[in-house]
Amino acid sequence: MVPGMNPPTSWSEFLEGLWQRNPVFIMVLGMCPTMAITTSAINSISMGLATTFVLAASCWLISLLRHVIPKEVRIATYIVIIATFVTVVDYAIQAISLSLYEALGAYIKLIVANCLVLGRAEAHAARTPPMGATLNATGMGLGFTLGLFMIGAVREILGAGSLFGVALFGAHYQPWVVMILPPGGFFVMGLWVMLFAIIEARKSRSTPPAGAAAQGAHHA
Amino acid sequence: MHDTLSQILITTILSGNFVLAMFLGMCPFLGVTHSVKVAFPLGLATTFVIFMASLFAYLLNLILIPMHMEYLELISYITVIAAAVQLVEMFVKKQSPELFRALGIYLPLITTNCAVLGVALFQTARDYNFVQSLTFAMGGGIGFTLALTLLASVRERVRFSKVPSAMMGTALTLMLAGILSLAFMGFAGLGGGE
Repeated sequence: MVPGMNPPTSWSEFLEGLWQRNPVFIMVLGMCPTMAITTSAINSISMGLATTFVLAASCWLISLLRHVIPKEVRIATYIVIIATFVTVVDYAIQAISLSLYEALGAYIKLIVANCLVLGRAEAHAARTPPMGATLNATGMGLGFTLGLFMIGAVREILGAGSLFGVALFGAHYQPWVVMILPPGGFFVMGLWVMLFAIIEARKSRSTPPAGAAAQGAHHA
Repeated sequence: MHDTLSQILITTILSGNFVLAMFLGMCPFLGVTHSVKVAFPLGLATTFVIFMASLFAYLLNLILIPMHMEYLELISYITVIAAAVQLVEMFVKKQSPELFRALGIYLPLITTNCAVLGVALFQTARDYNFVQSLTFAMGGGIGFTLALTLLASVRERVRFSKVPSAMMGTALTLMLAGILSLAFMGFAGLGGGE
């Protein structure tokens, strides 16, 4: 990376994860918490921010150590680094809000097994200087948070008739409970992915099928 | 927890299915379910790793808890899991090179499969004893294989159907998974007291 080019490049690196390559809807990474946690908007945002912290911190450290870590044991090293930061977040959340800790349950610890984190470490942080890697990771993390929030908000509005715990429709609203249950997660997520595919298809009408692009993103 | 073994087994396979109800192991669930021929072996490989993870997590707990080093549980679990996956990878590579190629990146990715780490974390959180833990792992693995195989079969059936272009790929898979999950919800209560 040329030093003079740094500011615009890092800005675009930051934005990349937020929308164009949104980890949830475009890359479809880190699905487990995406589905399990998004029963309410507040859970989604906390989970997203926790993941963002782990992502940014571990990408920073991995990028710093990228010349030191031997190729053969890199995955194991990354995993241990990630696990360290997850342990930190796990204890931090427990100290800050016990009710949130109970709502998120084992899924905070499961950030270790979030393919988004390991994927970014392997694909980006391992070959970029710390500054760019951290920015990119933060962008990806915020994109992940945004994705979780978009699913969580829809599920909470439909399934409980509220947003951030504030009732929206009055007492006579009959909640659509299935949206909070596991199947709802799949349906809402599926609809968002479909919407993104439609937008993508609109944008590139001239270039052939959107299905191929969606399939490609799927296998990435 | 005083769940009987049969309760644990039935709950984890059906109503509390790892994939469809607890959302563990979503990446391979969406990634490798394009054909049953790949999905089933991956399910079996994962089942083996889940079983090993459960066994080692239980043994690790015997060391960690008396020494008050619970904060190391995450790091030690994941290291053991990574080693177990390495073992499976070497075994599959030697026994069936073509399966090894078909599974591709998803074989090493079992390490970051939430189902594997999940089983270790949940059995600790629920205070299962040794036999309960292994039953839980067994049921989880079978349930995972079942969900993978079912979704793969459905996806094989709809491969040549006419689907709106926006629905193709991930969106369709998610919808199918949602319907499958809805069906599995019907088993709720089958395992007895939840």
